[in-house]
Amino acid sequence: MGFFIETFIGGLMTGMLYALVALGFVLIFKASGVFNFAQGSMVLFAALAMARLSSLLPQWFGFDNLLLANTLAIAAAMVLMVAVAWLVERLVLRHLVNQEGVTLLMATLGIAYLLDGVGQTLFGNSIYKIDVGLPKDPAFILQNVFPGGVLINKEDLYAALVAAALVIALSLFFQKTGTGRALRAVADDHQAAQSIGIPLSRIWVIVWSVAGFVALVAGIIWGSKLGVQFSLSLVALKALPVVILGGLTSVPGAIVGGLVIGVGEKLSEVYIGPYFGGGIEIWFAYVLALAFLLVRPQGLFGEKIIDRV
Amino acid sequence: MFYRENGQFKTSYRADQQIFPIVQDRIAMALLLAVALVVVPLTAPEYLLRAILIPFLILSLAALGLNILVGYCGQISLGTGAFMAVGAYAAYNFQARIDGLPLIVSLLLGGLCATVIGVLFGIPSLRIKGLYLAVATLAAQFFVDWACLRLPWVTNGSTSGSVGVAGLNVMGWPIQSPVSKYLFCLAFVLVFALLAKNLVRGHIGREWMAMRDMDVAAAVIGIRPVYAKLTAFAVSSFIVGVAGALWGFVHLSTWEPAAFGVNRSFELLFMVIIGGLGSIMGSFFGAAFIVVLPIVLDNLPYWFGIPVDTALAAHLASMIFGALIVFFLIVEPHGLARLWSMAKEKLRLWPFPH
Repeated sequence: MGFFIETFIGGLMTGMLYALVALGFVLIFKASGVFNFAQGSMVLFAALAMARLSSLLPQWFGFDNLLLANTLAIAAAMVLMVAVAWLVERLVLRHLVNQEGVTLLMATLGIAYLLDGVGQTLFGNSIYKIDVGLPKDPAFILQNVFPGGVLINKEDLYAALVAAALVIALSLFFQKTGTGRALRAVADDHQAAQSIGIPLSRIWVIVWSVAGFVALVAGIIWGSKLGVQFSLSLVALKALPVVILGGLTSVPGAIVGGLVIGVGEKLSEVYIGPYFGGGIEIWFAYVLALAFLLVRPQGLFGEKIIDRV
Repeated sequence: MFYRENGQFKTSYRADQQIFPIVQDRIAMALLLAVALVVVPLTAPEYLLRAILIPFLILSLAALGLNILVGYCGQISLGTGAFMAVGAYAAYNFQARIDGLPLIVSLLLGGLCATVIGVLFGIPSLRIKGLYLAVATLAAQFFVDWACLRLPWVTNGSTSGSVGVAGLNVMGWPIQSPVSKYLFCLAFVLVFALLAKNLVRGHIGREWMAMRDMDVAAAVIGIRPVYAKLTAFAVSSFIVGVAGALWGFVHLSTWEPAAFGVNRSFELLFMVIIGGLGSIMGSFFGAAFIVVLPIVLDNLPYWFGIPVDTALAAHLASMIFGALIVFFLIVEPHGLARLWSMAKEKLRLWPFPH
């Protein structure tokens, strides 16, 4: 039982991290109807920028303070992500308004290639470390309930807390601020939003910047866990089943989907995996999402798809 | 001046329904075939055949298959690499386990296995639509990738999923030299292109297109969604499977699952979209573009004599590739096939203004 709970909690934590990446997809899809395949590359780009700048900035300006270096690097990386958002809107989205979904999807794949290339040209392509002071030591809880207690990775715990905080902050931003209201209006209907005077292009820059911010947070957390390297951009592929399971247009869906996929993945790997020769994690998430979509084609919290002739 | 259809009257239904109704088109096609069948094998250097023409032919076959699904039936698939892998590994198994099975038969059987898997993963398309479906088809990709790595009976017991074939021959005619490989692939491409063209012109192709344009309306006027969607998946994955088997057998001859990874799926989707959705001709344009572009980008620094280290060159190539794709999508979202038909339209009047 203790082992089951341990796996379960481990799954929840991983799920929270998937949710973080999935959130970026959902934000952009909600506001611009673009299925952003470049989200993984944005995570990589942000993490690369952050990792490199946090080691380069102290060298350039000659100070030696980890906290200051990290803060400055995060700020600089955020500026870069806003620049990316602005460029994407200016150079790509603006010209592809009203195109079909699949064309937009392919365009974001092009952006992904571009970002991967630019990021690795600018910041190099070896493995870099991010050290933002997340504790690495494991903790044991519930020691009086189960023999040996339940092992929890503190790093994961902090990451999950950050993710949860981010989600709450984003929900508040979407629900309570004027900009958030404008974003929701654009998400509902581009044309109607435009006709009441919401500047579409500025909204897109904002939403891509927010997605860039989410990518930065995801990049820092994943990067400090796994090290910053090219394979980080593949995190996006793990977040995709989360997105469709939760529903493409739903922020809470991304969270719940992330948790479901995270737990499902871990439990299946531990309990079913051995019968199939292991390594089933990667497709199990997809099959889980697929099976679920057969029952609810719009995902858990997605808007109901209504077909009209 | 030379390309006009004035005076070409059709006096029978047969004449009206040919694939190339204009004489000049037929002449151009005959010339193209002559070049492809006679001139290229006689003159092309080995490098051109091995590095460009054979991959081009096989990938255009795969793109053709995918185009039937995405371009004609409107079902976005990101699992094409998986169907290629199924074709390749199934054909390998038939070849390895059944002694003396003719090569063509095992390639086609590989295609049939891909059909079965394709239909299986196509079933969700009856419920799931659009981008949800696109992501759901990734399930096929990752499942097949995994199966090729982990299930020993798929790879006939070889470790890490790496398998190879040797001594290919068709009825005693060895497929070893680049020229014979080229002709072998060309034969497949020609047969399947003709087949696909006739399918999409016919009854079933119209059903697919109706499905693509609006599935509810199509169902209302009496097109069976199950039948239309699943046949599209079946035909598409059959062609893709055969292309996968060719890719493994003829082009690579030793391969592992990574050859059919998710990047292959993206690459094929690029071909279809850059070439033109819903156009047989477009599949060839797209394949040519995507096959040639990386080679050009890799060699560009050497042609200009600029020394660049390989990692940087790879990143630059990735950047330029991404930028060009975005550029093409912006300039011509309907693909190269659209440019081609516009050029033909212009040519009808040229050099006169009206």
